[in-house]
Amino acid sequence: MPDFFSADALIQGSYLLTAFLFIMGLKRMSSPVTARSGILWAGAGMLLAVLVTFLYPGMTNYPLIIAAIVVGSLIAWWSGKRVAMTDMPQMIALYNGMGGGAAAAIAAVELYKGGEHDLVTMILAVVGGLIGAVSFSGSAIAFGKLQGLIKRSFRFGGQQMFNLALLIGALVLGGMVALHLNTSPAIITGFFVVALVLGLTMTLPIGGADMPVVISLYNALTGLAVAFEGFVLGNAAMIIAGTVVGSAGTLLTQLMAKAMNRSLGNVLFSGFGDTGGAAAGEVKGSMKPIEATDVGVMMAFASKVIIVPGYGMAVAQAQHKVWELTQLLIDRGVTVKFAIHPVAGRMPGHMNVLLAEAGVPYDIIADLDEINAEFETTDVALIIGANDVVNPVARTDKSSPIYGMPILNADKAKNCIVVKRGQGAGFSGIENALFYLDNTRMLYGDGQKAAAELISAVKAIG
Amino acid sequence: MTGIVALYIFLLAAFTGYEVIARVPVILHTPLMSGSNFVHGIVLVGAMVALGEAVTPLEKTIGFIGVLLAAGNAVGGYVVTERMLEMFKSSGTKPSGGSRGAH
Repeated sequence: MPDFFSADALIQGSYLLTAFLFIMGLKRMSSPVTARSGILWAGAGMLLAVLVTFLYPGMTNYPLIIAAIVVGSLIAWWSGKRVAMTDMPQMIALYNGMGGGAAAAIAAVELYKGGEHDLVTMILAVVGGLIGAVSFSGSAIAFGKLQGLIKRSFRFGGQQMFNLALLIGALVLGGMVALHLNTSPAIITGFFVVALVLGLTMTLPIGGADMPVVISLYNALTGLAVAFEGFVLGNAAMIIAGTVVGSAGTLLTQLMAKAMNRSLGNVLFSGFGDTGGAAAGEVKGSMKPIEATDVGVMMAFASKVIIVPGYGMAVAQAQHKVWELTQLLIDRGVTVKFAIHPVAGRMPGHMNVLLAEAGVPYDIIADLDEINAEFETTDVALIIGANDVVNPVARTDKSSPIYGMPILNADKAKNCIVVKRGQGAGFSGIENALFYLDNTRMLYGDGQKAAAELISAVKAIG
Repeated sequence: MTGIVALYIFLLAAFTGYEVIARVPVILHTPLMSGSNFVHGIVLVGAMVALGEAVTPLEKTIGFIGVLLAAGNAVGGYVVTERMLEMFKSSGTKPSGGSRGAH
C-alpha cells in the first residue's frame, strides 16, 4: 500500500483529479452556455498533470525536458494566437498531428530501448505507434491541403491495393518487433517509415471538401494511440484521456459525416470530395438582378428576415458588416435569424465560430433542422456567399451529385436575395436552380461591399 | 497496473467519452473537436517520462522530439479552443447594446 504522502501517491491522486477535470471540461464544452469554462477546467487539469510528472521517480534529462516544453509551447502559443478564424480547421489538424507524432515517439523510445515487456504491452506499443505515425503524417497532409499548399489530389490506379500493401507491411514489421522475432533497430526504423508513408498515401487522394471528416477521424485515432501508449507506460491519465477522446472523437466524426451527407467509407475510399465540373442540368429561366436600395427597403419593412451565410461571406470578410446590418434591422423591429448549414464553413460548426467572432449572439443562429420550417413564413431570405447548400435540385434531381444532401429551404421564402460576385456556378460546379426562380433576385457584388450598401440603404430610410 | 484493471479503465472511459458529447449541438462541433484535441495533449506527460528515462543519444533525440510535439499539441490546442469559445455569447450578454442603443 503506497504511503499517503509518497511521490507516487501524489502523482496518482493528481492524475485522478486531472481525469475528472478533463471529463467535466468536455461535458461543459458540449453546451454553448458553459463551453468557455469547460476549456479552463481541462486546462487546469493539464497543468496539474504536467507539474506532478516532474516528481516522477527515476527521471533524468530535466534540462532537455524543460527545453523541449518551452520551445514547443512557444511555437504553438505564437501560431495559435495569430491564426485567423477562417484557418482554424487546418490549425486543429496540425496540433492533432503533433499529438500523434508524440505518441509515435513514445512508442519509438520504448521499442528502441527494448527491455522486458510482455506480449500485450508490446502489441499495444506497436499498434499505438502505427496509429500515431499515420495520424502524424496524415494530419500534415490535411493541413497542407486546407492551407492551399497542396493543390491537387494525387490518385493513381491500384492506390487502394498499394495502401493495403503498406498496411500489411507495417503490420508484419511491427509484428516481428512485438513478438520479439527481430527487434533490431533496422526493423523498428522500417516499421515507422512504412507507417509514416501510409499516412501520406492514405490522405493524399482525399478531396478538400472531405478533409474535416478526416481531421476528426485522425483526432479520434490520436486519442486511441495516446491511450495505448498510456497502457505501455502504466499511466492512467493517458489511458483515460486518450480513450475518452478516442470514443468522443469517433462519435463526432460520425456526426460530422452525417451532417455532410457522407459516409466514412465514402470519404476514405472514394474521391468525391472535389468532383470536377459535374455535368450541370439545364436550368430554365433567367437571373433577375436587383439594386441594393430596393433590397434595403424590402428588408427594413419585412417582419422576418433569415440570413443564410456561406464560406464566401467569410472569405470576403463580410461578417462584421452583416452583423451591423442585422442590428439595424433588429432595432427597426424586424425578426432576424441566421440559418447555418452544417457545411457552411470548412467544417460543421465553423461558420458559428466565424459569426461569433463578428459578435453575433449564438441564440439567433439556428441550424438546419431548427429553421427549415420557418422559411415559408419569412419575408426575405438573404443568401450571402452560400450556393450549393440552398440549391433545390438536391431535393428533386436524382442525377445531381448533391442529390439527397439536406439543404436550407431558402426557395420557400417569399423573397430570396442572393448576394453573389458573378454569374458562375458554385464550388461543386453545379448550376443553382434557386437563382432562376421567380421569387429570387440577384444582388451582384463583393459580399463586404454589398453588405455596406445594404446598411446605407436601410439607414437612408431612417 | 494489471492488464485487467487497465481494460476496465479503457471500457469505462470509452463509454464516458461517448456519453459526454452524445447531445452536442452542431454549432459546437468545431470547438469541441478542438477541445478534445487539447485533451489528448496529455500525451505530454508520457513523452516527459519517455525522455526522462531515455539513455542513448537516439532515445534522447526521439524523446526530445516527442516532448516538443506533445507540448505543441497541448498548448496549441488550448490556445485555439479558448479563442473560439471566448467568442460565444448570447444576446443577453451582448457587450455592444444593439436594441437599447438607439438614441
